[in-house]
Amino acid sequence: MSEHADTHDHDDHGHHHKETFVSKYIFSYDHKMIAKQYLVTGIIMGIVGILMSLLFRIQIAWPEEPNVLFEALLGKWAPDGVMDADIYLALVTIHGTIMVFFVLTAGLSGTFSNLLIPLQIGARDMASGFMNMVSYWLFFLSSVIMIISLFVEAGPAAAGWTIYPPLSAVELAQGGSGAGMTLWLVSMAIFIASSLLGSLNYVVTVLNLRTKGMTMTRLPLTIWAFFVTAIIGVVSFPVLLSAALLLIMDRSFGTSFFLSDIFIQGEVLHYQGGSPVLFEHLFWFLGHPEVYIVLLPALGLTSEVIATNARKPIFGYRAMIASILAIAFLSTIVWGHHMFVSGMNPFLGSVFTFTTLLIAIPSAVKAFNYITTLWKGNLQFNPAMLFSIGLVSTFITGGLTGIILGDSALDINVHDTYFVVAHFHLVMGISALYGLFAGVYHWYPKMFGRMLNKNLGYIHFWITAICAYGVFFPMHFIGMAGLPRRYYTNSKFPLFDDLSDVNVVITVFALTGGVFQIVFLWNFFYSMFYGKKATQNPWRSNTLEWTTPVEHIHGNWPGEIPTVHRWPYDYSKPGHDEDFVQQHIPLKEGEEELQH
Amino acid sequence: MTTFLTILVLVSITVAIWQMVKIFDLTNANRPNTEIANDKDNKINGYLMIAFLVFIYLMMIICVYLYGDLPLLSNSASAHGPQIDNLMIISLVLIFAVQILTQFLLHYFAFKYKGEKGRKALFFADNDKLEFIWTIIPVITLAGLIIYGLFTWTEIMFVEEDEDTVVIELYAQQFNWKARYAGEDNVLGKANVRLIDIDKANILGLDESDPNAQDDVITTELHIPVGKQILFKMRSQDVLHSAYMPHFRAQMNCVPGMITQFAFTPTVTTEEMRATEQMQIKVKRINEIRKEKSKELAAKGEEALEPYVFDYLLICNKICGTSHYNMQMKIIVESEEDYKAWLKEQKVFKNSLVKN
Repeated sequence: MSEHADTHDHDDHGHHHKETFVSKYIFSYDHKMIAKQYLVTGIIMGIVGILMSLLFRIQIAWPEEPNVLFEALLGKWAPDGVMDADIYLALVTIHGTIMVFFVLTAGLSGTFSNLLIPLQIGARDMASGFMNMVSYWLFFLSSVIMIISLFVEAGPAAAGWTIYPPLSAVELAQGGSGAGMTLWLVSMAIFIASSLLGSLNYVVTVLNLRTKGMTMTRLPLTIWAFFVTAIIGVVSFPVLLSAALLLIMDRSFGTSFFLSDIFIQGEVLHYQGGSPVLFEHLFWFLGHPEVYIVLLPALGLTSEVIATNARKPIFGYRAMIASILAIAFLSTIVWGHHMFVSGMNPFLGSVFTFTTLLIAIPSAVKAFNYITTLWKGNLQFNPAMLFSIGLVSTFITGGLTGIILGDSALDINVHDTYFVVAHFHLVMGISALYGLFAGVYHWYPKMFGRMLNKNLGYIHFWITAICAYGVFFPMHFIGMAGLPRRYYTNSKFPLFDDLSDVNVVITVFALTGGVFQIVFLWNFFYSMFYGKKATQNPWRSNTLEWTTPVEHIHGNWPGEIPTVHRWPYDYSKPGHDEDFVQQHIPLKEGEEELQH
Repeated sequence: MTTFLTILVLVSITVAIWQMVKIFDLTNANRPNTEIANDKDNKINGYLMIAFLVFIYLMMIICVYLYGDLPLLSNSASAHGPQIDNLMIISLVLIFAVQILTQFLLHYFAFKYKGEKGRKALFFADNDKLEFIWTIIPVITLAGLIIYGLFTWTEIMFVEEDEDTVVIELYAQQFNWKARYAGEDNVLGKANVRLIDIDKANILGLDESDPNAQDDVITTELHIPVGKQILFKMRSQDVLHSAYMPHFRAQMNCVPGMITQFAFTPTVTTEEMRATEQMQIKVKRINEIRKEKSKELAAKGEEALEPYVFDYLLICNKICGTSHYNMQMKIIVESEEDYKAWLKEQKVFKNSLVKN
């Protein structure tokens, strides 16, 4: 397992073998390169996912009107430029799948776990560089299959990203449930394998490869977040895999795990005895922890960015760890709040209401701790800091409505309406996306040795922040007015006619926000080659990754790995001249190691 | 086309901004560390934080003012409706209060403590008392909400059936609803999708040999008597659907292979609801919108929209395929006499079968 790392221990310079283009950029074992591969793949998938959302937002705002964009991008699915109802559902489905799994799971956690775990704990590389490489290439393969599924004759999967059977299982129910759904399932199965390989690697690396002095309570909160996220992933992803496999069995081999008593298009199907509710249980056993798989890394990155840029220790370090652990534990016993009206026993609904609302407590602690960290700080508004503050803001707004949705009695009336869409987009979608952006702006110098343009960063943040609120805040209200989600058009319900202008406003914000991501893309790819050269520790940060040279080398440190003497949050500590003290600097005589 | 133009405009704005940034950069070319926030950046962004706070508040005020009083939120038409609405309003008030306060603290601190060269932040890593306070406050608040919520939930979901309860089956299929009434005997006949016989017009798969099924009545409109507890038994023949009746604060999924249920007591008849002032305002507003749209349609040579008349609706609220967006059934709440008279006019099952 550690053969790879060992070679480096004996080789101080890290240039012991000649690198070819293929071994450096493609089948690389190096965690830093793999992180970049994850990031670039994630960004490309993100472009696809966001573009899809813009298309269906246009349809919702101006239903059934011809549009050149549809004609150009959707081809046969937009006869005369009018979007087809099936492709609308497919766009919604694939948008959800791509954003949740490919961008915010692999793109976020994959990138930063890979980049930061070895660098921040003081390791030469991941525990298994080979497994790490396999993990990335499986992710790449699953992305390719997902993209290919878009071009299937009968249409891509269109049963919603939750793919509830029978809709997803029976081809007669929907065109997208044919080859499109098969590819979706294959892609996801491979994705899960990738995610599991990655997660196991992260857990092992954090447990075994910490440098001397790096105790668990001296780990930066980023590492805590990645570590716990990986554990949640290992616990819950296999359950989704089993659900996917059983669904494949039902679809292709005639079993009846999830299906029973179906009469469709004039024929009775042979299925007997299965239950779609079983699938819902299995799906949400991953599906809910998945929210935290997406969110925790973002919160971890934010903790680090906020502390560094506030020039202040993160407030309540131990409470932060405790709330990460509490959230992780609770996240595995709340899945039923997605199923209050699924037909399961109402008593179960009571239990899940109880556990769900409990999650608000550690979440509130985290939010308050962030706010207190800002208090009496010396805030440096680098773009990463703006995105981190933005994250706290959307995390609060989105999280608060969870109190309504987690309450089974209230969920009856807002379940599956736009209220839900608003809630989860703010609390996990936008928040996690902000976390991703904060991470990219903050660690770009570490990844590419160059700086991102800060002014473009400011423009990117402020426009995105305004548009994100503009899109998702009004959605709460159309949801409370009873508007169901996933409707191709609301024109069949005159009842909702007075909501159509809200939908136009939302779409205009969405289009603006979507288009302005170009600023980020441009900044990202341009700065890679022409950005200002980075210094070793541009943000004057405490953590170990900033003690490595700007140029990437195998094994990360040219000499010995530094020994750690203190926690990572000694910012503005009295008794020091600088307002930061890096982790590898020994305690002064008589200095107390204050770390709580 | 308008969309395309909008996007073009936005793209050109982006290009313009980029060029401005470029010029700005060129003037700074020789200074080190130009990509790290300096005091000027901190100041500008600090003020923008306050501007953003104002934006969030404005957004909240505008949304509440324009859409906060949607009739669906405040005038329910079922016995348990006001309970849900009460809890909803309590939760909303609480949420708004916390939102206003925390967003203020977050953005105000961001503004107040914007970085200045030479200032040192306060080394403040921990405070047990503070942390205890903001752990215990959510605990107490949530305990209250959980208890209130659970009582409401239990009352709604654990139905006590009595002799007076009207049992109605809701039957979902892609993409329409049917209702089945139990008839004189007040017992729904046995049914299974395997018994569906389209040729004989046995569309819901009732057991033709079951005596209880003979007097069942199948309709495409849902009539329910006001003031009586209605127990819905729900079935689906193909995929998941969700029977959503927003005005009655009622929702339950319809699951193939099992029977789900939900019960409520309607309290306001369709006529009464139409006559309420709030509803009349809403209907008027909607009809003005429809008139405007009709003008546009007429200009294109298309048919005008019909004026809107309020009706309760049963809506499908679980993605179920192509026409999911148009799976609905009209609900009519009426007096018991009207209801009984209407029911009498309907064909009973044994008479609706096509005899060979």
